[in-house]
Amino acid sequence: MKILSLIPIIAIGGLLLWAAQDFPKWGDVESPASKSPVSSHFIGKTGVDTEVPNMVTAVLADYRGFDTMFETVVVFIAGMAVLAILKGSTRGNSRRKDHEVEAEPDLIVTNTVRLIVPVIQIFAFYVLAHGHVSPGGGFQGGVLMGASFILIALSWDLEKAVSRFSIERCMIVAALGIVIYGGIGLLSMMLGGEFLDYAELERVLPVSREMARYHAMLGVEIGVGFTVTAIMFALYANLSSEGSLKQGL
Amino acid sequence: MIGLEIFNTFILLLLVVAAVASLWVRDLLVSAVVFGVYSFLMCLLWAEMGAVDVAFTEATVGAGISTVVLVATIFHLRRKSND
Repeated sequence: MKILSLIPIIAIGGLLLWAAQDFPKWGDVESPASKSPVSSHFIGKTGVDTEVPNMVTAVLADYRGFDTMFETVVVFIAGMAVLAILKGSTRGNSRRKDHEVEAEPDLIVTNTVRLIVPVIQIFAFYVLAHGHVSPGGGFQGGVLMGASFILIALSWDLEKAVSRFSIERCMIVAALGIVIYGGIGLLSMMLGGEFLDYAELERVLPVSREMARYHAMLGVEIGVGFTVTAIMFALYANLSSEGSLKQGL
Repeated sequence: MIGLEIFNTFILLLLVVAAVASLWVRDLLVSAVVFGVYSFLMCLLWAEMGAVDVAFTEATVGAGISTVVLVATIFHLRRKSND
């Protein structure tokens, strides 16, 4: 069976390697992606249109904001699906697992985590808020924030982390993130533009059209960060305890 | 530039080793951790090519969260792979 499955793997791998020869060279100015007028528009006009130095964030949150909104919804639905499958599952809750030991949380580990968690959370806020200027943004900041709660769950136990950030609150925060994102889009629609046309927000913000897009992008990233934080923690909490939210790993 | 070439070759070779190793080992937990190493090498490669945003996402999501989620799931499975 192993030999048999090796044949298609080698065949497909060889085919992919052979096809990879057709790729343009790295940094090739003649490649279709570099020659397309869309790329030069983004590279040349992002700073003028939106005042955002990091054009990756500008493309993600503004030019293709609609995609990013539904990516956030996909993350939300994935979290909901895991919750729906695992909630109330009683499979194997009675049998003891070999890795479960009755022990107090380790003193050195918990004290180190006590020191590290605030730093991680401040860094997460920095990544989220500074995503326009440097690499980062809602997804990365949200994942970092969620990781800090997972770290608490790993070093103490799941109950401690859940008592700080319960799963019900997780789902509310996750939904709130999408509401913030969609709300900013809807607000710009009500102000006379199109859905997610942030420039129209200049009527409620005391700034220019360009800076309105800049600030709306920050708002949208905060929405993404809310959803990702909550869903990452909810995913871990449910997967590590098979939905019972007790003990964990 | 020759230093960069050596760096790239080194990382790519390590990538292949990590990819084969994560399939090869019988313990799923070791496999998950090696997969995290693979993600981190990928992150280094992207950072070197100038795609810092992608590298950042790979470091947080690929090497961080997905390893943790895999480990959390593996603890509830039989850890030894059958093939």
